[in-house]
Amino acid sequence: MSSALTQLASEADCHLNSGCGFPAPGLHTFTFEPLFTVGSVEVNKPMLLSVIAMLAVIGFFAAAFAKPKLIPGKMQLVGEIGYDFVKRAIVLDTIGKKGQKYVPMMVSLFFFVWIMNVMSIIPFAQFPVTSKIAFPAALTLVVWLTYMGLTFKKHGFVGGLKNLCWPSGVPGWVMFLLVPIEFFSNIFVRPFTLAVRLFANMFAGHLLIVMFSLASWYLLTPSLGALYAGTSFVVTIALTAFELLIQFLQAYIFVILASTYVSGALEEAH
Amino acid sequence: MNFLAEAAEAENPLLPAWPELIIGLICFFIVFGFLGKKLLPSIEKVLSERRDAIEGGLERAEEAQAEAQRTLEQYRAELAEARHEAARITEHAREQGAALITEMREEGQRQRDAIVTAGHAQIEADRKQATAVLRHDVGALATELASRIVGESLQDSARQSGIIDRFLDELEAKASVSEGAAK
Repeated sequence: MSSALTQLASEADCHLNSGCGFPAPGLHTFTFEPLFTVGSVEVNKPMLLSVIAMLAVIGFFAAAFAKPKLIPGKMQLVGEIGYDFVKRAIVLDTIGKKGQKYVPMMVSLFFFVWIMNVMSIIPFAQFPVTSKIAFPAALTLVVWLTYMGLTFKKHGFVGGLKNLCWPSGVPGWVMFLLVPIEFFSNIFVRPFTLAVRLFANMFAGHLLIVMFSLASWYLLTPSLGALYAGTSFVVTIALTAFELLIQFLQAYIFVILASTYVSGALEEAH
Repeated sequence: MNFLAEAAEAENPLLPAWPELIIGLICFFIVFGFLGKKLLPSIEKVLSERRDAIEGGLERAEEAQAEAQRTLEQYRAELAEARHEAARITEHAREQGAALITEMREEGQRQRDAIVTAGHAQIEADRKQATAVLRHDVGALATELASRIVGESLQDSARQSGIIDRFLDELEAKASVSEGAAK
């Protein structure tokens, strides 16, 4: 059933008034047949794109920072701007001075997520890797292990639990309500929302772009439909530009939240 | 049923596929490894070097300024001391000169006094001598004259009786009295 739908979506000759219905995008848009296998692992498009994103991030930073100079070249300057943005505007701003230790992790997270998002509008790639929940989930797992580990490492087991579910400045009788909520929120809801926020934004964005580009193609007939096709195409362009913003924003939000969680773990007991 | 369940599972977008999750983790750790171990530390080092270079330049400039300030202070202090020294020397010279002048003046005074005293003594001695000679001569002349008038030699008796001397003393006393009155 899945493969049948995929086939339908990619069918090129389906147009308005040609007898076939609109090949609406859906979950099948996010399902890929394996491209090739490495050993026993079947590699599909998102996996390949994630590897390409990895290579792109490493390649860029290697080109920028491999031979750093006191007076930076163009590449180094761009790299420094990116690095400085994550370092100052996100990490040091959220965690403070002791956040210096977590700058490399956050920089890696930010650029890896961002480039995986940007894959959405790169020609031929045209798929945001993070719209597969596995990738946000993997990164969230790293963030979750980091802030949980830091919490228990810094405060001990009891102190760590207290840090996770004992809010400060609240009258005692509210604790009955608040402690379970905090516990649930900090341990389960945080990672879930962190992963799903990124995933759902990219998922929806990709769905919209696919929807309008398919519609442009589907409506492109020598009839009044061509007008709709034109409109649809303009919307596709606009959505692509909008997605460019969203891709950056989601990477930014992901990293700023990760920094906030790390900052919360490092906070002194109140 | 099995097929349907499988299809539903495959299409649930909230269930991560294990291979993708693992690939994602591996990719992230490779990125993190390259960036965290090598590239970011090296750029951080260069950034801090740059900060040092800029701040170091400022520091060096400040140091140079402080050095110049110190030299200026030192120079001023030395100048003030030199002025003070010069003033002290001038004052000393002036004092010494004044002392010398006073001393010379005293010496002059002393010499003048000595000369005057010696002159007085000489004059007194001359006068005494002249008086003695004069007394003798006047006595002799008077006696001679009296002898001629009286016609006999009065020399011996006159001398023996000390008339002449008494007479002359009286004269002298009168002269000194008149002299004192004149004064």
